[in-house]
Amino acid sequence: MTEAAVAVDGVTVRYGDVLALEDVAFSVPAGRICGLLGTNGSGKSTLFRTVIGMLTPERGTVRLHGHPPARARARGVVGYVPQAEQVDWAFPVRVVDVVMMGRYGHMGPTRRPRAADRAAVADALERTGLTDLAHRQIGALSGGQRKRAFVARGIAQGARVFLLDEPFAGVDKGSEATIVEVLRGMRDDGRTLLVSTHDLASVPDFCDEAVLLQQRVVAHGRPEEVLTPQRLLAAFGVGAGTGRAV
Amino acid sequence: MEALVEWFAVPFQFDFMRRALLVSVVAGAVCAVLSCWMTLIGWSLLADAVSHAVLPGVVLSYLFGLPFAAGALVFGAGSVALIGVVRRTSRVKADAATGIVFTAMFAIGVVLISRIPSDTDLMHILFGNVLGVSDADIAQILVMAAATLLVVLFKHRDITLFAFDPTHAHAIGLNPRRLEALLLGLLSVTVVIALQAVGIIMVVAMMIIPGATAYLLTDRFERMLVISVAVSVGASVLGTYASFHLNVATGGTIVVAQALAFTLAYLFAPRQGVVWRGRARTARAGETVPAR
Repeated sequence: MTEAAVAVDGVTVRYGDVLALEDVAFSVPAGRICGLLGTNGSGKSTLFRTVIGMLTPERGTVRLHGHPPARARARGVVGYVPQAEQVDWAFPVRVVDVVMMGRYGHMGPTRRPRAADRAAVADALERTGLTDLAHRQIGALSGGQRKRAFVARGIAQGARVFLLDEPFAGVDKGSEATIVEVLRGMRDDGRTLLVSTHDLASVPDFCDEAVLLQQRVVAHGRPEEVLTPQRLLAAFGVGAGTGRAV
Repeated sequence: MEALVEWFAVPFQFDFMRRALLVSVVAGAVCAVLSCWMTLIGWSLLADAVSHAVLPGVVLSYLFGLPFAAGALVFGAGSVALIGVVRRTSRVKADAATGIVFTAMFAIGVVLISRIPSDTDLMHILFGNVLGVSDADIAQILVMAAATLLVVLFKHRDITLFAFDPTHAHAIGLNPRRLEALLLGLLSVTVVIALQAVGIIMVVAMMIIPGATAYLLTDRFERMLVISVAVSVGASVLGTYASFHLNVATGGTIVVAQALAFTLAYLFAPRQGVVWRGRARTARAGETVPAR
């Protein structure tokens, strides 16, 4: 049996008296795109923070390609693409600087880039279609290009498991298609993508599987199995016809 | 031309002026480097807090005849830790915790100052005494400045990563909390260096204005560092000389020079300056112009 890229087992997380995640268990094999669906407050962000090891669960374990989060981080396994609101877009860094930050784990203590690092950055920029924009300040990009810049950072890092937090928020349909194309290319390289999203309409198109989260795992399977009207009603309180939940 | 040469040459003949220039330039340069990260992370209030919180440390050092840096460092780092403790262990928000700790520390310092016999010393602590620095002071400042710049030289990329995206720093196996502690440590040392030049009250200007000025002038972090240092060193030199010729307080003049530099950038920076943005708005009258 092949080892899962992401294995979450019996994870329970509590903030004070509030139960954020309860006995969450699922695993995703390598080379898959897994949509993580749920409302605000369903525990998606908490799950991400647990997978990345910023939160230690009260119970349960997380394994990334068999490694506990700390070792997975040290090995550069995890790539993180933040939500747009979490980034200071006026920060004086260029696209190429941001992508180079993906290489820091491979560098010496002063993080001085070597030829191999520059090559990896150039390759990541090329694969995300950002070569011509490499010297722009990060905030001078469109919403979709910004997302791709952070994806490029993970590619340059050599990450095998990507966590993408709401990658389609604030992105127009055309850019969304470009992002999906980039994400599919990464999957075809054998990388694993965990994508949190509100955008239910896009899920069947590009996700291989989906996890519906509401503190617990409500459903996990192929998108069409997960996105049934009853389950959506349970998790989102909406009918399937509306497509996009709030 | 000759007048200009004389303007610079005459004060330079005095030993106290050469010392003052050395201290204000070194302090200006080190503060300028740190100010870039302070501006970008939004730690201005924290810089202000640390600078005020060192007062009891400085006073105690005076009373016990210790090097002023020793007491200042203990209270600077201690108050940063205390702010963290109050924030984490109560529902009080970060800005309130910061405000409480630094004003409390400052107040303790004010009370302790009553024990100092002469009012001159009080004025020096609060407003700086760059014209009267001793050899020992200069030695301390040079050692602390060299140590700070050495750490920055080796760690500036990690610190910038921490300022930009601590979550990514965590994800690739770095320790953001350790980087935060490193930057707070550098902040404490830098505040102590700047105390000598401009005094406790105005340290925060040295810790913010150069970085904020540079931020208006460039979109590249490396250039921001260079511009910030240039602005700060320029203000230190001009301020020190101007204070000599005008016979006014040196620390205050340095800060006024920095504020002038910021005002110029605020008005005339190529893209961020309000004058050019106003013109662009007029040129595109009728269209909506986004603020950024």
